[in-house]
Amino acid sequence: MGKISIDGTSKTPTVLFDSENGVMELKGRSIPENSIEFYKPIVESLDDYAKGPKDKTKVEIQLEYFNTSSSKCILDLFKKLEAIHKGGNEVAINWYYEEDDEDMLEAGEDYQAIIKVPFTMIEVEEE
Amino acid sequence: MSFKDLDIYSFYQKMEHDDIMLSFKGDVTSEMLTSMLQIMETKLENLGEGSKVKRKVYNVLVECLQNLYHHRDEMKRAGIDEESAAIFMIGRTEDSYNIVTGNYIVTNRVERLKSRIDQVNSLDVDGLKTLYKEVLNNDERSDRGGGGLGIIDIARKSKQKLVYDFMEVDDKYSFFSLYIKIPQNK
Repeated sequence: MGKISIDGTSKTPTVLFDSENGVMELKGRSIPENSIEFYKPIVESLDDYAKGPKDKTKVEIQLEYFNTSSSKCILDLFKKLEAIHKGGNEVAINWYYEEDDEDMLEAGEDYQAIIKVPFTMIEVEEE
Repeated sequence: MSFKDLDIYSFYQKMEHDDIMLSFKGDVTSEMLTSMLQIMETKLENLGEGSKVKRKVYNVLVECLQNLYHHRDEMKRAGIDEESAAIFMIGRTEDSYNIVTGNYIVTNRVERLKSRIDQVNSLDVDGLKTLYKEVLNNDERSDRGGGGLGIIDIARKSKQKLVYDFMEVDDKYSFFSLYIKIPQNK
């Protein structure tokens, strides 16, 4: 199983997916015009990973901005994680938001309401 | 109107009066969109705007400009070249940021868009949250990914009703204008 490491840009997030250690990270901005194209390789690796996941999978989402086009792709990732969780393996999602960013907190809560995976909201100080 | 007839001073005064920070008319390409976002990010930074308002304005800008971008893309793919340009303006008053967008739309698609905006405008905060989650979680995907979430997101983030207008231009096209107000104190 491979490893994904994508450097962030002004429109796309830094992505790290270390399938050997069951760790996924999404950080920065996710506002590409074509989100499906950007997320495709990540969704595909997660599909591969789901065939033999680790006992524990830890997911860290720390986004500054994301557009509505990314929001469905992020949900797709979460649904794959939900399936892994249902299969009896531990999955934990940490959703980070800056202290006064109500919109980002609310966005996390929206996902939390849809996805049946342990979901933790973590407030961070503004940079 | 020829170029030399343009009363530049009154044009300037109008823009000054409305405190226009950026205006654009033309094809919203990917490069143009990126440049406009960069310009606006710098301007918001220079104004010393608080992070809350800055984030909100930036978020709404992204959705508005990407709507224009995708709309142009759809028109192009439908083989429509001549009516693909759009107009975009953002201004600022003491208590709000104001965004205006305008683009041509094939008239037979007006009803669908109008009813979506009317639906969004009829909902309160909780109603919008519910609708957002519904649309997020349905399996509809436009090939760009969003599948109709943009308008709902703009209404949620701006916390204002969306003001719009459709004007029939000829037997095929209408011009769609959208006005978005983002209060600075929310």
